Amino acid sequence: MAKTVVLERKPLSLSERTYLPQIATGLKTTFSTMFKKKVTLQYPEERPVIPQNYRGVPTLVKDPNNREKCVSCQLCEFVCPPKAIRITPGEVPEGEADREHVEKAPKEFEINMLRCIYCGYCQEVCPEEAIFLQQEYSSSGYSREEMINNKEKLYELGGVVPDQHYKWDKKKKAEQEGNSH
Amino acid sequence: MELWNSLELWQIVAIKVMFSLMMIGAVMTMAGYSVLAERKVSAWMQGRVGPNRTVLPFIEHIPLIGPFLKGLGIFQPLADGLKFLFKEEIVPGHVNKVYYYLAPIIALVPALTTMTVLPFGEFFTDTGDRIPLMLADLEVGILFILAVSSLGVYGIVLAGWSSNSKYPFLGGIRSSAQMISYELAMGLSLLPIFLWVSKPGIDVAALSLVEIVHSQNQSMWLVFVQPLSALIFMIALFAETNRLPFDMPESETDLVGGFHTEYGSFKFGIFFVAEYAHIVIGSAIFTTIFLGGWHFLPWMADPWPSTWIGSILGVVWFLAKTIGLIFFFIWVRWTLPRFRYDQVMSLGWTKLLPLALVNLLFYVILVTWLDQPAS
Amino acid sequence: MNLIDFLFLVFATLSVGGGLLMIFSRHPVSAALFMIVSMVSVAGLFVLLESFFLAILQVLVYAGAVMVLFLFIIMLLDVGPEGAKSSKIKLLSGLAGIVCFGILVVFSLILVLNSVPDCSSCAGWPSLDDRNLVLGESLVFSTSVKSFGFGLFSKYMLPIQVAGFLLLAAMVGVIILSKKFVRESSLS
Repeated sequence: MAKTVVLERKPLSLSERTYLPQIATGLKTTFSTMFKKKVTLQYPEERPVIPQNYRGVPTLVKDPNNREKCVSCQLCEFVCPPKAIRITPGEVPEGEADREHVEKAPKEFEINMLRCIYCGYCQEVCPEEAIFLQQEYSSSGYSREEMINNKEKLYELGGVVPDQHYKWDKKKKAEQEGNSH
Repeated sequence: MELWNSLELWQIVAIKVMFSLMMIGAVMTMAGYSVLAERKVSAWMQGRVGPNRTVLPFIEHIPLIGPFLKGLGIFQPLADGLKFLFKEEIVPGHVNKVYYYLAPIIALVPALTTMTVLPFGEFFTDTGDRIPLMLADLEVGILFILAVSSLGVYGIVLAGWSSNSKYPFLGGIRSSAQMISYELAMGLSLLPIFLWVSKPGIDVAALSLVEIVHSQNQSMWLVFVQPLSALIFMIALFAETNRLPFDMPESETDLVGGFHTEYGSFKFGIFFVAEYAHIVIGSAIFTTIFLGGWHFLPWMADPWPSTWIGSILGVVWFLAKTIGLIFFFIWVRWTLPRFRYDQVMSLGWTKLLPLALVNLLFYVILVTWLDQPAS
Repeated sequence: MNLIDFLFLVFATLSVGGGLLMIFSRHPVSAALFMIVSMVSVAGLFVLLESFFLAILQVLVYAGAVMVLFLFIIMLLDVGPEGAKSSKIKLLSGLAGIVCFGILVVFSLILVLNSVPDCSSCAGWPSLDDRNLVLGESLVFSTSVKSFGFGLFSKYMLPIQVAGFLLLAAMVGVIILSKKFVRESSLS
């Protein structure tokens, strides 16, 4: 255990008790700060540099083949601490050759940005890597309704994210070869 | 004076009113721009840039000058004033209406009244006489300033009391105690100045501010002759104008807004302007008494000619000194933390007051000793 | 009516009115404020007499310092509006007030009516002669600050010292009365 050393506090000298030298030092410090470079960012014109792993607005993404990745498993809805996510599950429409092996897709997917706390649990829990907290940080609106991002808006914000796994392609291939499980 | 006698009464009154309005305009403009200076200097001292967006539409398009003025925030006081004017007027239900409306007026009037006896330059007549530029050359000018500025506390006390709520009340109580304590030290710190100025051999009339300025012409500034008096006066001035480190009545961190917590819109604006008018006048008084007024530098004759150009340059020089002091006020505010209330009281009564007394005694003895050969 | 007369009427009305309102207002804070109005108007009357120094002292001492303390104490003790007193006390105080006012009016009328208008010195007060003052002879009345100073520290030296001593005694008395003494034995 480290030994505690109690430092004796020296009694203040006369000049210290008048505070004046200290005040002069303080004034010098503030005066020199006046001419230093300003740190202000002129916001609307200048934007801050967003780091790579920034947790911004949650968005839904599509895979490089422009397919919906979300399978509406609703894990994110369950894990969301402020209950900001609301998913209405639906079926994948018939006749989409690319997705016919997938059973479900979200009919409606809403994230209430007034409730969202940007914790990133939804991104962490998503088994399909369909939801991402991206670099968008400024979301604003004139009404509460406007602040609820629907599915269309979420995909618009999300865009396409490069995906190394091509999970569905693999699944389709496996299905065709007859060893799906 | 012959000029005055030839005029009708209404003409004299009209001229006086015009001069007064000009003076009020000048002081209020300076107060408004002190607010801007406060915002700008505080920003610079904290590594920020401060207000730099407000601009009048047609000035914006002037190349070079337009963006420069915009960057300095020159038009910000205009926007601030308009904002105060157009804000919703909210009167809390629990206030004492009459005094609630009276308080901002009482706060502003003394601040503006003190400037009537403030000399800020001199005018040279054709015969070579020097006429000081001021609204009223009062023989007891400095006492007038002390008396009227001591009335300013009523605005704060009434605001605190009429708001009928705890924090403003505490602010009002604090300010009345503080003002009384520091007025004593302030008055006592000025006495050695008058002793010094009125010593025999110099033809000086009692307590006139003009004479104090004249005594510093081509001789030492009084701030170097009596540094301790200047220091005590300065500290008391900070306390009287409610500036940090003595802004007890409105210490934001422990009293929300102090005496003006319950005030909004233009009534708050009046308090705000009154505070800065106090600072402007206080700086001008310090300049007059300790920094040689409109005279150039210590021991140097005024380099400007004794014509109207000289008068203008003198006034400009006076303003420059005053603005420098206003900057000092702001500078100190953004450097020092606030005193605790009991520390303010003990500093006033147990440190400054005895110090001022000792200072007075010292100069009484010194002036008596210096005057020995004269008798 | 010239300007001076008009201003005199204004200030006189304000000072008398302020005094009356001070007596009749129920709330102590209003009373204190009316007293300030009255005092500042009296200062205005002094200004009309060209006695600037007295006017300023009036404002500085009474309005600036004494009344601030009054207000301070009123607010600190939080004295509310005075409740209705019993009718007997009311009647008594009303009677006393009327009698005092009557005596005042009678005496001032007697004084005014008996005084002979003397206009030998109407030309204005003599200007201050420094030589007279230094020698301490023939102190003439003047409104200048210097004459006050010389007067106070030469002719009226004793009264001023006595007055100062009385004030000091009052102050020490207040301190002793308000301070709670703790016995030394109970301290240890």
